[in-house]
Amino acid sequence: MPDGSKLPVAHYFPIAAGSPQVLQVGERVKRSSQNRSGLKVLLRALLCLFLCPIPRAFAAAPLNYMTGAGDKADAVLPLTWGVTIISIAVIVIISLLLAGAIWRRPGMAPQPAGSKIAIDERTDGLRWIWIGVGLSSLVLLFTVVWTMVVLAKVSSPSTKPALTVEITGHQWWWQVRYLNNDPSQVFSTANEIHIPAGQPVLFKLIGADVIHSFWIPALGGKTDAIPGQTNETWLEAHTPGIYHGQCTEYCGLQHAKMGMLLVAQSPQDFAAWRAHQLQSPARPSNGGQWAGLANFTTHCGSCHAVRGTDAAGSLGPDLSHLMQRQTIAAGSLPNDPQDLDRWIADPQGVKPGALMPKPELSADERASIISYLKTLN
Amino acid sequence: MTITDYERVPTVSTEQNAALAQKLKRLWETEPGIAGFFSTVDHKEIGIRYIITAFAFLIAGGLEAALMRWQLAWPGRHALTPEQYDQLFTTHGMTMIFLYAGPVLSGFSNYLWPLLLGARDMALPRLNALSYWIYLCAGIFLYAAFAFGFGPNDGWFNYVPLAARAYNAGPNIDFYALGMILLGISTTVGSINFVVTFLRMRAPGMSINRVPILIWGTLTASAANIFAIPAVSLAFFLLWMDRNVGTHFFDVTTGGSAMLWQHLFWMFGHPWVYAIVLPAMGMVSDGLPVFVRRPLVGYTVVALATVATMVLGFGVWVHHMFATGLPNVSLSFFSAASLIIAVPSSVGVFAWIATIWTGRPVFTTAFMFFASVIVLFVIGGVSGFMTGSVPVDWQLTDTYFIVAHIHYVLIGINVFPVVGATYFWFPKFTGRLMDERLGRWNFWTMFIGFNIGFFPMHISGLLGMPRRVYTYADGMGWDWINLITTIGSYIFAIGVLLFLINVWKSYRKGPLAGDNPWDAPSLEWATTSPPPPYNFVVIPTVASRHPLWEDRLQQHEGEGSHVDAGLVLDHGREAIGTSSLDATPDIILRMPRDSYAPVILALTATTIFVGLAFHLWWLAGLGVLATGADIIGWLWPERALGETREPAING
Repeated sequence: MPDGSKLPVAHYFPIAAGSPQVLQVGERVKRSSQNRSGLKVLLRALLCLFLCPIPRAFAAAPLNYMTGAGDKADAVLPLTWGVTIISIAVIVIISLLLAGAIWRRPGMAPQPAGSKIAIDERTDGLRWIWIGVGLSSLVLLFTVVWTMVVLAKVSSPSTKPALTVEITGHQWWWQVRYLNNDPSQVFSTANEIHIPAGQPVLFKLIGADVIHSFWIPALGGKTDAIPGQTNETWLEAHTPGIYHGQCTEYCGLQHAKMGMLLVAQSPQDFAAWRAHQLQSPARPSNGGQWAGLANFTTHCGSCHAVRGTDAAGSLGPDLSHLMQRQTIAAGSLPNDPQDLDRWIADPQGVKPGALMPKPELSADERASIISYLKTLN
Repeated sequence: MTITDYERVPTVSTEQNAALAQKLKRLWETEPGIAGFFSTVDHKEIGIRYIITAFAFLIAGGLEAALMRWQLAWPGRHALTPEQYDQLFTTHGMTMIFLYAGPVLSGFSNYLWPLLLGARDMALPRLNALSYWIYLCAGIFLYAAFAFGFGPNDGWFNYVPLAARAYNAGPNIDFYALGMILLGISTTVGSINFVVTFLRMRAPGMSINRVPILIWGTLTASAANIFAIPAVSLAFFLLWMDRNVGTHFFDVTTGGSAMLWQHLFWMFGHPWVYAIVLPAMGMVSDGLPVFVRRPLVGYTVVALATVATMVLGFGVWVHHMFATGLPNVSLSFFSAASLIIAVPSSVGVFAWIATIWTGRPVFTTAFMFFASVIVLFVIGGVSGFMTGSVPVDWQLTDTYFIVAHIHYVLIGINVFPVVGATYFWFPKFTGRLMDERLGRWNFWTMFIGFNIGFFPMHISGLLGMPRRVYTYADGMGWDWINLITTIGSYIFAIGVLLFLINVWKSYRKGPLAGDNPWDAPSLEWATTSPPPPYNFVVIPTVASRHPLWEDRLQQHEGEGSHVDAGLVLDHGREAIGTSSLDATPDIILRMPRDSYAPVILALTATTIFVGLAFHLWWLAGLGVLATGADIIGWLWPERALGETREPAING
């Protein structure tokens, strides 16, 4: 908050923060597109009636994508469930046919070696292949067409995105930069992306070093961030909430711990958040905090930046409003004092191979830095 | 007309001839001891070596997997460091896909092809030996790096820029790149051998519509490999040059392209995965009929579908790259192709079900393994179908769903057929039957363990668990699934152990099998178990697809096939060359004697790569010279092979 106080979490995130959840199928507050037809409503109701217990089980997993929470995910979900159900049906049918084939007549036990066993002279059976191939071709053709329709639908959002966020994948954290035609409105943060709910957002994806992949499952499929090109994707979240993300292209030692959070907020809350991000954090208010800033600039400033201070490094995440974030270390640790201390004391202990070296700090220096970091609201 | 000895019309023998058998044995047998071990060109010995070496790599890859599953059994474990884990998953993939899955099928094909085709050996026996020795050398080269702590660590697919010197400073990737190029030589020459053998070495009368489906499978895979392997060898060579010589093919900061690697790699990678299942599907197509007592349903369609699958397999590689930001037009084409390829690849499944349905099962262990392939194939196939749809794949790719898919297709359509093939052909290779009771335990442990281990991966994938992670947080919904997967995979490993125990035990003292323990129809069962070095005393003539069932099937042409009467070829090591489509005999082929040239060439070629790996350019140069010398020696015209002017014999 601009006055330095922490955001009351429950106010901004109706789902209790700290217990990451995504919205259940059927729960909507508002939609950005109005193109639902009656048939879709009916289908959704039927699907929910029979399958809701399954989505609820899936919904408990933060990175699941069998339930969706945004326009792009919603457009793909019927296809995903469709091919899943077709696949299960095929497995069941083939298994039954195989079981029938094996057990329809009494079989024989293994015979003594070399004994002559009766041979069936039949030459029929070709019909199986024609029927099987014919049916499969129909299903496959149907899936091809459905795929093309959905692919066209998700290629671009229904309205032009008003917001563009540039995501740069680094080993092993996410740089998040809010673009604007007015350079003074551009700002950076890291690992936690905020967007306004209910409208599509354009993401430009850059790979800073190696290939990473940007994925917020509840809102849409993944797109790679490849060095040498800028890929684009868009996402939309129906309602405010926290949506988990994960790097999904093997990028080295700490690929496993390169997560992120996407926080969707109401447009007013997002505007407030953005305005706050553009401001410099409050200046230190006592000697201890000044010392902390000095220590921070000396030991951390060559890699990390804090708006309005001399710390202007760009090798690591921008820490200007660190205390507003739910997690640190690209989602590996919660953002609380003990974990912050643990991370700074020994980054290699948390993420072996991370490019943040173990800082040479005495316990006092570290405590001083942390006391300063705690002011970065 | 004056002709040479190899243009003569051979005599035909119509009765058993012990003296002829003795003479052929002396001509064809390998020298005993170390000398014979290194110089043999007998396809049966080479085939067995391929199979044993491949199984050794299977065990190594399995141990790597066991370590990974130990690390992943529950969240936040510290049994392995990230670096160790990364080298393990890379080596596991490399081992299973390149050092086990392809070579084991080469091994079975090597052993079986001449016997199935009624021939004395493969077309190019010394090249055959070379392909094995290079495979062994490349495998040792790759594992030496792993053993010394600098094994490849960027996944078997080795994407740049992570594989570039800037992000991977050690020699790990150099060893991977050079080892793969060396291995590629083995696979390429082996593939050439299979294609030439198919075109020239079939027994008289074995027209192309009478060859077993295994022949179609390996032929198709070999033809594909000849086109695909150069793509990956080139990719690895360009990468090696980027890392060591200062080129910038893949360096985006200086105008190179990271996507170029992916295209070159997957242009090879996708055809390769069809190459490692189509021969195994051929084994199932040839084995199931024996154990349901009727010919395969739809032979022609199955053979054509095999070829069609492989051809289409060259047109789907971008489905490994759906998330890379390619334009929709491109994605649509490859998505459609990836979905449509399910049509020819499912022909085999329907043929197998139809064959079982209309036949009468004999419940041997081999039958159980072959029949189970149908269900595992379909599970692997439908998960592939799901990923073929681009928007769905954007969620599925790089999650454990794909790990589930690849293991169902690789274990289901390669490992299970191979184990079934072992139960089926072990009696032919060794003269002894495998234990059927232990076989049942083997089958159920492998089948149940595999499904407990790998089916849950579909679920953890759908719940968002990413691939290639050395650990994961709790509270993600993956904990129980990973524990079950670990336990299931260990049960599967016990099943594999039971298989190895059965092989060992049966080799030592299994019951004697005789020539044709299964009352099977194809030519390999017409000779002794194990076959003599020359395979067949006289060259068989073939009149149908099922030579040994003709008396009961009544589907043959004319008088039928003959195994005991046929061409006598005993003026040295000789085989008959026949025409490509209809297999009418046209020339006598003189086959090479045992030779050290292949093993020496493998060593000199490896020397080149060792020199390159360690930047010992003088060593690499020496290797080149030695390789050149060996090749000259190898190719030096030999009278015994008809490569010099010969006196005419009376025509």
